[in-house]
Amino acid sequence: MPTYILRRLLLSIPVLFGILFATFALARLIPGDPCRAMLGEKATKVVCDEFNHRHGLDKPIIVQFGVYVSEIAQGDFGTSFRYSKPITELLMERLPITVELSFAALLFSIIVGIPLGVISAVRHNTWVDVVTMMWANIGVSMPVFWLGLMLAYIFALTLKGTPFQLPPSGRLSAGLITIPFFEVWGLELTKGTFIYNISDFFSRMNIFNAVLTGNWEVFKDAAIHLILPAFALSTIPMALIARMTRSSMLEVLGQDYIRTARAKGLSQRAVILKHAFRNALLPLATVIGLSLGGLLGGAVLTETVFNLSGVGRILYDGITARDYGIVQGFTVVIAMFFVALNLIVDISYAYLDPRIRLN
Amino acid sequence: MTTETIPPVKLDASTLSLDSVSLWQITRRRLFRRKSSVVGMVILAILILIALTAQWIAPYSPTLSMLDAKPSQNVTKRSAPCIYALGCPTDQPQHIMGTDGNLRDEFSRMLYGARLSLMIGLSTVSFAIFIGTVLGALGGYFGGWIDNLIMRVMDVLLAFPSLLLAIAIVTVIGPGLINALLAIGIVSIPAYARVVRGSVLSVREMDYVSASRALGGNTYEILFKRILPNALTPLIVQGTLGIASAILDAAALSFLGLGAQPPTPEWGAMLGSERNQVFTAPHLVFYPGLAIMLTVLAFNLLGDGLRDALDPRLAHMS
Repeated sequence: MPTYILRRLLLSIPVLFGILFATFALARLIPGDPCRAMLGEKATKVVCDEFNHRHGLDKPIIVQFGVYVSEIAQGDFGTSFRYSKPITELLMERLPITVELSFAALLFSIIVGIPLGVISAVRHNTWVDVVTMMWANIGVSMPVFWLGLMLAYIFALTLKGTPFQLPPSGRLSAGLITIPFFEVWGLELTKGTFIYNISDFFSRMNIFNAVLTGNWEVFKDAAIHLILPAFALSTIPMALIARMTRSSMLEVLGQDYIRTARAKGLSQRAVILKHAFRNALLPLATVIGLSLGGLLGGAVLTETVFNLSGVGRILYDGITARDYGIVQGFTVVIAMFFVALNLIVDISYAYLDPRIRLN
Repeated sequence: MTTETIPPVKLDASTLSLDSVSLWQITRRRLFRRKSSVVGMVILAILILIALTAQWIAPYSPTLSMLDAKPSQNVTKRSAPCIYALGCPTDQPQHIMGTDGNLRDEFSRMLYGARLSLMIGLSTVSFAIFIGTVLGALGGYFGGWIDNLIMRVMDVLLAFPSLLLAIAIVTVIGPGLINALLAIGIVSIPAYARVVRGSVLSVREMDYVSASRALGGNTYEILFKRILPNALTPLIVQGTLGIASAILDAAALSFLGLGAQPPTPEWGAMLGSERNQVFTAPHLVFYPGLAIMLTVLAFNLLGDGLRDALDPRLAHMS
């Protein structure tokens, strides 16, 4: 296992370099002067000269790439002129919102998608199967932004006044405030330290912070605000997971050892859950891992529709304001995050299936 | 005594050989047997029909803004759908899907949108298939450093979530429909390159290829006439499903304002420009989104059907 992990780690180094090169090249393709593209049209010559010198833009292109890589290695992903803040700081502020949303969406798609797929496979070719697969097909074809807007219309306007009314935007109702858990607990953390940054990051996830501080009013409000965006974002992964579970279950259910298990008189429940489902889980690891990339892309659309100030929303604002610093910085970070996710998926795959790591 | 005589069997081509059935006939038969792929084909046929006849069936020009309409004509911004057959008073102009924020007939724009959507899907996928096939074939056939280089570049492209990479590319090269298509095309190249490379690798060392080489076939002939036809079926499947995701991604880019620019009647852009009016004029959000979904659904159903029809190993799972 350690050799497998090491080999897999080494293989992702060229990809990481490729990502850095691609984003570096993209930034050089921006028409006009990189300084004004990064700092805005109003940047003066003095400011630009200083900027060019600091980022090595007055040096040969190879040296520029070297400077770029070393800056990233030190955790400097550039600056946003729109917010006049380092990208890293913006990320730490906004990422928790996206993580919370994506996590809720993923959880939802797993909780609903897997049972649907299993039922569909067990009741193969019955109406349950047909209806589920029809919905799964519609689910993968759904434009996330359209679904989001329609959900907002139905739950905020049509169902207004009923117990099913849900808020169409934002994270918390006006007037509610959330206090970071470390302040509630009376911890004295110094700003800027690693512990502070981590605690600050987690405290920005409203639901998580509400649980830690026992503030159930905020918990309920944050959860209600999360339902619609999480549901909209979860449709595509949910449909993919349901389809994958179904086909993987169908394949396993046709195996000899399932017939043996049935022949020795095991209950249907034991055959399906213990013998079939466990073996059908493997391909799901890949689908779930790949869905995470889709979730990050979908978050841009969902956060725009539901007005959530996460990574996706800030990326959208960056695009409309032509803030290349945000677009470049966020693209690098998200791609690196995605590579790390794929790595985790591959390693968990090897852990789940010994045949892979032994080959 | 009677002798039973067996009537002589007439020997001709029809009795001696089994009816030959080509792969395409089998595929067609399997495809039509599946209800979901029939649904996909029907939706697609309707869309193609609409796209081809948009200029004749659309009641108005898609970009015509009725700003100069007289007050007596009762034309209002973002008016709700008005259909005479459903009891809409005849003193109002008939707008089957209402009017949009710029006083244009939404129905006419929707019809022209079908043309654009199909073009978007076909053009991006053709572009990606062309480049992907060349890269995959080169890598698979020649192997070595060429293969390594091409595949590492593909790995990098795959390392980005596709929509985000497309967003980054369009932000840099500038918004617009053509640039958005280019970005989506680039992002989808790896899928085709991998399919082609896999097919090339699987047949490269086969006897018939060696035979062709021994007979003096040149590289071009071996690659294009002997090897690449093997990649055709997976490419068709991947391409059909690829059209679906290309349309979805293009709509998303247009929704974000990075794709088609006004007044182009593109569904994603139409939806995006009216999204803040969802509570007052939901029809302007509902129809374009529904159209996108149905188009994507049609290609997805057809793609799934083709995969099962072309790959008998998967037939039992459908």
